[in-house]
Amino acid sequence: MNQEIEAGSVGIVQFSDYVFEDELPLDCGRSLKNVVIRYETYGTLAEDAGNAILVEHALTGDAHLAGKYSENDKKTGWWDEMVGPGKPIDTSRFFVVCSNIIGGCSGSTGPRSIDPDTGKRYNMKFPVITIADMVRAQERLMQHLGISQWHCVIGGSMGGMLALQWGVSYPEKVNAIAAIATTARVSPQGISFNWISREAIMNDPNWEKGEYEEQPSRGLATARMLAHVTYLSDESMNNKFGRGLQASDNFDFAFKKDFRIESYLEHQGTKFVERFDANSYLYITRAIDYFGLSDATDGNLAEALKPVHCPFLIVSFSSDWLFPSYQSQELVKALLKNANDVTYCNIQSSYGHDAFLLEMDSLGSLLSSYLSNLPENGADNE
Amino acid sequence: MNKKQEISNIQLQRSDLIIIRKMIPENSRVLDLGCGSGRLLYALKQSKHVKVLGVEREQSKILECAARGIPVIQTSLDGGLADFPDQTFDYVILSRTIQSVMRPDILLQEMLRVGKRGIVSYMNFGHINARIQLVFGNFPVNRNLPLPWYDTPTIRPGTIDDFKKLCHKLGIRIIQEIPLTNEGDFLPRLTCFSSNLFASNSIMVISKENEVIQ
Repeated sequence: MNQEIEAGSVGIVQFSDYVFEDELPLDCGRSLKNVVIRYETYGTLAEDAGNAILVEHALTGDAHLAGKYSENDKKTGWWDEMVGPGKPIDTSRFFVVCSNIIGGCSGSTGPRSIDPDTGKRYNMKFPVITIADMVRAQERLMQHLGISQWHCVIGGSMGGMLALQWGVSYPEKVNAIAAIATTARVSPQGISFNWISREAIMNDPNWEKGEYEEQPSRGLATARMLAHVTYLSDESMNNKFGRGLQASDNFDFAFKKDFRIESYLEHQGTKFVERFDANSYLYITRAIDYFGLSDATDGNLAEALKPVHCPFLIVSFSSDWLFPSYQSQELVKALLKNANDVTYCNIQSSYGHDAFLLEMDSLGSLLSSYLSNLPENGADNE
Repeated sequence: MNKKQEISNIQLQRSDLIIIRKMIPENSRVLDLGCGSGRLLYALKQSKHVKVLGVEREQSKILECAARGIPVIQTSLDGGLADFPDQTFDYVILSRTIQSVMRPDILLQEMLRVGKRGIVSYMNFGHINARIQLVFGNFPVNRNLPLPWYDTPTIRPGTIDDFKKLCHKLGIRIIQEIPLTNEGDFLPRLTCFSSNLFASNSIMVISKENEVIQ
């Protein structure tokens, strides 16, 4: 076997901001002025720009995909294990781009940005955006970077929805799509969790109809705790926490945090409030609810995907109950009907939805194989 | 045999797969059910520009297919082929897998729904060696059928004759049969009658249409 290059880090990275000159039209009929997109890139763009890969982040992710901002930075980017020289998404071969979605709160224009018309924060005057709007904004960035076709668009969870939407919105600009732990139409169960999350935020008195100065931290933490449970699985929670108690060997016979799982969720909620904005959470979850590729085709997913001729990699995880495997299988079925080239793997995992960030061995092997066997851009993907 | 074929044959190893590789015309569309690590499909793709797709149950094998660049769908054949549209393949291959599914009869019909022709590689429990073992009172375990009854994926053992009867019942025509002996030699002189006794394995091309090869 050949000596493989030792997998390394992309090292110290910087983000960039791209400001749109023209307004961005939105699905709701309104448009956004002065849109800013925050993005990071890794690796070198080939002369023919044929080696560009777009990675899409999930609900609460950001543009910081890999590497660190400084030597002393304790945290690496959110998919650092997957992206770097010699890693599955190999930056010695590919030019990798990740951008923060519009509606987000990590550098790109979102509800807490300043409305140029009023000089104040948009807050709830921010237009309701969709996954397709997010992709439309990314397509502007693509032009700005001088890329005419993505070699592959890769995304997990909501990022997978963006990857699929890329195919439908700009079929000629995508050479391949890798959609991981995702769905082509968010189910009523998924919508329910988002609804309850938003109710928690909007019923927090500190939310103040979105005009808060300080975050509605109780509501936002509750929303996160609920969502976090949907990212785990019964088995993974059992394995990690069991019925273990946090402080003493006995119940407190009170309503504070007795169980370790309770402390864990509380910790997750508190941490989240420090890094994520409540209004952004409302807007992005709404965009997720509205995502149903087959809505416009009377539920016929194959019809909706008809313009997309590129090959697909579809990955689900056996214990994911937020976007269960059957939803990926629906997607596979539609793609088979359309005679797309499809590879589908339902990775055995106990980690639930979060597996897409944890099952690095199997997912990494799949992605790396898939990327190394893809046809070059512009090849006939019959 | 050119060098490319030689390489593919070495990679294939199994005699039935080498024969199946030869049978498939260039540029056809092939679905391999229970494709394992994708060796046959890889050989077909490389040497004959076949548009390939595999179906496999095991994750580790899916990863091997992906490493070879073979598109593959992870699913169990016991669930049928409901996800596959009608008549989208020229050949649907089922090599040494038909005896491992719950309902071989349903799967055979499904194969001919999604494809024009099926190629079934069938392990023969009617082989003389197997019969002798049965006469002495035991389930056959030999070089061709190496696993004991309690630990074999072959949950539907049968003879070539049983297979033919099933096809007849289902209105499926066997348009070509290639019986193989122990050593994997091609047995052109064996007739259908002797294959049930002397072939360890038989490759049968099936179709619903009224056509005969040769």
